[in-house]
This record gives sequence, C-alpha cells and structure tokens, in this order.
Amino acid sequence: MAHSFPGEVLEHVFSFIHSDQDRNAVSLVCKSWYEIERWCRRRIFVGNCYAVSPMIMIRRFPEVRSLELKGKPHFADYNLVPEGWGGYAYPWIAAMARAYPGLEEIRLKRMVVTDDTLELISRSFKNFKVLVLSSCEGFTTDGLAVIAANCRNLRELDLQESEVNDLSGHWLSHFPETCTSLVSLNIACLGSEVSSLALERLVARSPNLRTLRLNCAVPLERLPNLLRRAPQLVELGTGAYSAEVRPDVLSNLAGAFSGCTKLKGLSGFWDVVPAYLPAIYSICSGLTFLNLSYSNIQSPDLTMLVSHCHNLQRLWVLDYIEDSGLEALAGSCKDLQELRVFPSDPFDADPNVSLTEQGLVSVSEGCPKLQSVLYFCRQMSNAALVSIARNRPNLTRFRLCIIEPRSPDYLTREPLDTGFGAIVKHCKELLRLSLSGLLTDRVFEYIGTHAKKLEMLSVAFAGDSDLGLHHMLSGCESLRKLEIRDCPFGDKALLANAAKLETMRSLWMSSCFVSFGACKLLSQKMPRLNVEVIDERGPPDSRPESCPVEKLYIYRTVGGPRFDLPGFVWTDG
Amino acid sequence: MSTALEHDYIGLSETSSMERSSDQISSSSSSNVPTENEKDSALNLKETELRLGLPGSESPERKAGLGMSLFGKDLEDKTNGYSLSPLKNYVSGAKRGFSDAIDVSSKWGFSVSGGPEVDLAKSAVLFSPRGRNGGLENKNVQQSCLLGSATKEVVPPSPKPVQEKTKVSPANEHASAPAAKAQVVGWPPIRSFRKNTMATNLTKNSDVEGKSGSACLYVKVSMDGAPYLRKVDLNTYHNYMELSSALEKMFSCFTIGQCAAHGIPGGDGLSESHLMDLLHGSEYMLTYEDKDGDWMLVGDCSLGDVHRLV
Repeated sequence: MAHSFPGEVLEHVFSFIHSDQDRNAVSLVCKSWYEIERWCRRRIFVGNCYAVSPMIMIRRFPEVRSLELKGKPHFADYNLVPEGWGGYAYPWIAAMARAYPGLEEIRLKRMVVTDDTLELISRSFKNFKVLVLSSCEGFTTDGLAVIAANCRNLRELDLQESEVNDLSGHWLSHFPETCTSLVSLNIACLGSEVSSLALERLVARSPNLRTLRLNCAVPLERLPNLLRRAPQLVELGTGAYSAEVRPDVLSNLAGAFSGCTKLKGLSGFWDVVPAYLPAIYSICSGLTFLNLSYSNIQSPDLTMLVSHCHNLQRLWVLDYIEDSGLEALAGSCKDLQELRVFPSDPFDADPNVSLTEQGLVSVSEGCPKLQSVLYFCRQMSNAALVSIARNRPNLTRFRLCIIEPRSPDYLTREPLDTGFGAIVKHCKELLRLSLSGLLTDRVFEYIGTHAKKLEMLSVAFAGDSDLGLHHMLSGCESLRKLEIRDCPFGDKALLANAAKLETMRSLWMSSCFVSFGACKLLSQKMPRLNVEVIDERGPPDSRPESCPVEKLYIYRTVGGPRFDLPGFVWTDG
Repeated sequence: MSTALEHDYIGLSETSSMERSSDQISSSSSSNVPTENEKDSALNLKETELRLGLPGSESPERKAGLGMSLFGKDLEDKTNGYSLSPLKNYVSGAKRGFSDAIDVSSKWGFSVSGGPEVDLAKSAVLFSPRGRNGGLENKNVQQSCLLGSATKEVVPPSPKPVQEKTKVSPANEHASAPAAKAQVVGWPPIRSFRKNTMATNLTKNSDVEGKSGSACLYVKVSMDGAPYLRKVDLNTYHNYMELSSALEKMFSCFTIGQCAAHGIPGGDGLSESHLMDLLHGSEYMLTYEDKDGDWMLVGDCSLGDVHRLV
C-alpha cells in the first residue's frame, strides 16, 4: 500500500465522481484520499443550514464553486413556521465572500435573503453565474437590480415562487447591454410590469437563453415578439394568456409558437382565454412538461389540449381537468411519469368540479410509467388505493391530500389503512409519501413494516396513539425527513426512538402531545441533536412540564446550538 | 356534536339532523342559537342563498362577531381541558362510526389552540360556504380574509345538475363537518404563492362577461319550512317567471298554501302587476342576497343583471 497514484491523478479520477454520497465514501478510504478529495470538491449540498456552520464547511472544503442550501422546514410552506424563525442566508454569504472568491453558483431554498445579501453576492464573486432563490423571502426588486447590474457573467436568475417585495419592474433594465450570457430567467413570481422593450432586448441579445418564465404582467400581445427573438427556447412560462379575441393576434401567436421547435416545457397561462389555446397546438407534440396549475382553463379545453401532447411526461394541472380529462390523459399520454392535480377551490367543503378518486385510478391504469403523484381530492376509497397500488408498483412519490381531514373511505366509512397499506406494500421503491384521510395506528404498522426505502413521510390528523409514531421511527430504515401535524403522538415513542433521530435530517411535530419535559430530556440525552420547541405562548416553564408544546423541530447537527434564535424558540442549553 | 347536512338535499341524512335543519330554516332571524352546530348551520344558511322568506321577514343579521364568538367559545372550551378531552376521542379504536368522525371540530379546537383568538376567528369565518352558491360575498369574510381578495365568485363547473347531485351526495355524506368550520392553519397544504394566485384568478373569473356555454351559475335556494335546500343553475332560466315556476315545482312538496302559478309568458322582468299577483296569491316572496349582503326582492332588475350581482 506504499505508493498509490500521485495526487494529480487521483484528483483527475475524482473529477468524474459527482454524487455527494460517492464523494463522501471516497473521503473515508484513507487520510490522503480525504485530503485530495476535500481540495477538489466543487459542489456542496447542505440540506439544513443549521446542521453545519459555514466555518466548518469552509475549513474542510477550501475550493467550492457551487453551494445549495436549505433553510426552513418543509411545513413552512404551509405557514406552520412562525415569521422570524430563522434560515438567514447572510451569514453564509458573508463567510463565503471571504473564503470563496471564485464562487459561481448559489441555490437557496426557504431561506431569508435580504437586499444586503444580494448586494454582497453581486460584489464578492467576480465569476458569479447562477442564482436560484426558491421559496425565499426578505428581498426586494432593488436587490435584483444590483444583481442584474453587477453580475457580468450571469447565466441563471431563478426566483421560483419567492416572496419578493416588488417595488417596480424597473430592475430588469439594469442588465447591461454587455450582458449576453443569460441561459435561464424565471420572474414568474413577480407582480410588477417590466419594460417590454427592455425584456425584448435582453432576450434578443441572449443567444443561449433556454428557459424564460415570464410573469403575469407580460401581456399576450408581446409574447410573439419574445418568441421570435428566442426560437431556441426549451422552457417557456407565458405571461397572461388573455386578450381580446382577434384573428390577427391569434395567427401571429400561432406563427411565433411554431417557430419554437425546441420547446419542451410550458407553464404560466395565467388567466386564459380559451380561444388562444390552439396557438400552441403546433408544438404540443414536443412537450414533455406542461404546468397549467395556475390556469383557469376548464375541462373541455383542458382535455383537448392534453390530448395533443402525446409525449407528455409531467403534467401539473388544477382539478378543473376532472375525471373525464384524466381519463383522456390516460388514453393519450402513455409516457406520463408525473401527475400533480391541485384544488381550484380548496376551502369549500363542497366539490366544485367532478374530480374524484376515479381520475387517479384511470391514470394509474393507463400510464405505465407513472412514478410521481400529487393529488388533491375530496373522496377516496380503500378499493381505489389498492387498485392504484396494484397498477403502479413503480410509484416512487405518492402524495395524496383528501381535503377534509380524517375523511374515511367514502364507500365503506372505514379508515383508509388498508389502502395506504397496499401502497407501501406494492410500491417497494417508494421514496416519498404523504398521508391523509381517516387513519389509525394500523397504517403506521404497515408503513413501518414495508416502506423500507421511504425517505420522506408527511402525516396529518392521523393515528390513535404513540404506537403510530413508534412504528414509523422504528420501522422505516431509510427515513430522513418526518413531518407530523395534529396527531396524538407523544413522549413515549419519541424518547424510545431517540437514537433514530440522529440518522435523520429532521423531525417536525406540531399540535401533537409532546411535553416540554420530554424535549428537555431528549436534548440532554442527545447532544448532537438540536431540539427546538417553537411555542408562541411564552416560556414553556410557565406551564406544567406535561403540557404539550405547540411545535417541535428536531434535527441533527454538528454546528452546535443556534446563535440566532428568536424569542419564541426554546431550547435547552 | 353533529352536523347539519343542509347540503344533502337528496335527504339521505339522518333524521335527527334533518329536524335540526328544519328548526333553523323555520326561524328566519335566529339570533339566539345555543349550540355550536346550529351556529355553524346558521352561518351556512343565512348568508349565502336565495330564500323564499315570509313577506315582511327580516333578513338575518350577520353579526360581525358571529364567527368570532363561535370559535371563541370553542377555544374557551378547549383551553381548560385540552390535554384531556381530545385524548378521549382517540380511544375509539379502528372503526370510526360517523359520529366519531364528526368529532373533527373538537380536535381542530385543540389543534388551533395555540393561535390567538382573533386569528382563529379570522380563519374561522374564511371557511364559510361560498363557491357554487353564486359567489355572494360575506362581510365577515371580507374583513378578515387571510387571502386578501375574499371575493368568492362562481367557479363554473360543467356537469349537469342531476348528475352533480348524485355525485355530490356521497361526498357530502362523508363530509362530516359543516362547511362553516374553523379553517385549520396550513390545511389543505397549499403554498401561499398558489393560494394567492388562485384567489386572484377567482376574482378575475367573475369579471369576465359572456362566459362559455358550459359555465353554470349555481345558487342555493332555501325555503322557510323546508327541511333541506336546493340548488339551481341560474343560467338555465331566461326570466323570472321561469325561475319562479321552477322553484315552485322544486318546493311544491313543501308548500302548505297555494302558490299562484301564473304562467304569463315573455318579458324579462316582472311587472308590478305580476308581483302583486304573486304577493296576493302565494305566501312566499322571492328574495336574494347580493354581493353587498343586502337582501333584494326578486324582480327589480333583469335576470342578466342578477347574474352579475350574485
């Protein structure tokens, strides 16, 4: 074992290894491999910004070019994490500004990003190329203006569903005339109108532009101009898709679309006038991704549209599509891999459209490649779930939301344990599962027994006792993220499975029965866990120790306790 | 605690809830509703529908505090014994009967106990029924709607009325809690961005005139004394005569008096003489509630205008 390859050779070999897991394995072989690997690792993914500190990352990996960082827990998407909880990007950016002048890519998800942060990014990294802010908040369009103005080699600016304080659309005009490097621009979440002229000129001087997602303020009449200047587009998000119905506008639009022969993904369609839908028919057969989930198109038009897209692989749509549309989908789109059906009217107890479990069953029957499902509906039966499971054992993601909590099988009035049990039993590669409906501890027994590859599990309004939680924690070997709300799970199962928590990224429990006493105990027993009690009712000490905490967020960390805790988060020590 | 199944107009609900419903419907101004459940239904019935009220009957007042007191009370009940009472519900075992499933409200009371009372009230009122009842705006909702634009306009569904009912009733049967209940924070799990966009979309929908032919305009119709409500598609009627005769047919099994069935053809609005005929001939007046929450007498403006108001 005396002489291995010279460092440069090893480094060259390692440059072909991209996955983090493989790289981690490489660095465990021996000290010299660890050293070589750490100097040549260029991409870092940190799934929880509080699991490690910037200093630790910088100390180990001195030459990083790309960082992906996630902040708040997933349930923050549904307003379960109070404002001011944390997830600040600034400390990370500040540390990297000193340590990584060559940083090129920053991808942030569910983090708080301020205009100062954006300014720091624009000043610190000379070769900065990619900024993706997914579900972030805390910045304004002024921050975007600084990025546009100063990042000379900017390739990607993606504001994916972030909450931006949109002061004006003027920021777009800050892209200098010399900026010709844009590959991807996603401003769909912004409200203000940007200058059409500035936008057209930007698009015209970006020959590498592949992804363009406009916001609803871009009127339909301007779309042909943009398309004609970017016929190489692969992904397009339209602006508003409505205008007075005029044949010349329609033919202009249709002509422009037909020139975009490379188009594979379409989204946008805010506010649709159905008469303009035929404009896209010419490129439908090339589409692999169609996102109509913000669009008010009704069933007949939806069905017509979808039937043109024979090569569709991913469809996001509202429940306007109805069972009939899904049946048509099952008939025309045999390559479908992912289906997401969102509710058009989620807060009305009555169904406003004819979408039931049958639609999903049809798709599971007709689409052999279906792997990923997100489905909102108002009724479900065990029989349907069993059908789906039998039809599609290749499912990897199954997220079902029956809108009314604790809804039983609408045919038999029984819990849906059997149905979900069938899902985990048949779909052996299931990675992600979200439960809903009336569920007892039995479903958790099924999950613990069968869902061995499950990595992420979301549970709401389910279960009878601690046994449910125990089944999940003790049985699901691959579990990384568990999020629970409004379930009768408490101290016993949590403490009994304390060791499991170090093998997971995080556990979220809100409106359950975990006491503050148990949280303190867990915190003391497990120094490598941060146990955060999120409780806006004041100090937990002021209530009996047995009093259930509002919310609990537990995650493993080597970064130690947080220094930026808000007043409503209580930790021990 | 059980629920009023006022949506279940096929009459498949248990008799007990039917009796409750009829109790509520018969008294038009039910300001003293003792039980939570009746309050729920009151919230349902009073605010958002066409009513055949007795002549001279007042429109029910929607007290601004109605939503708040409903769930304020809920919260009071829950904060005292909340570690105990929800626990009881979980002992029920594997099979949950219908009544167990209805215990949703008490569980939800627990789950939202963390938030301030005011927020509860806000979110509670948000859940009042809208959608197909003609998009009638609820003042409470407007004040406190978390979504910003609370205008619940008509979402046009395409299925025909008959089919719709049969499809809807099984769903309603399992909808164990009334539509007007506490809205749970973060449920259904939809991102704010999507929620806000959809709210805006729904508003825009209502502004678009001349919708496609497949659009339906369903409104709820209640008649004093009838045990359940009906829904009608306003789009299928071209004038008030058609509408009133259809309604009369629908509710004919319940009328205790004689309804004048003047089949006077033509004309968009009711002339004064027709109105007087109806007034004298029948015991019932056709009223509707517009966007501002005002009770209007049917006949003042053309049916086309009513579509927009409603």
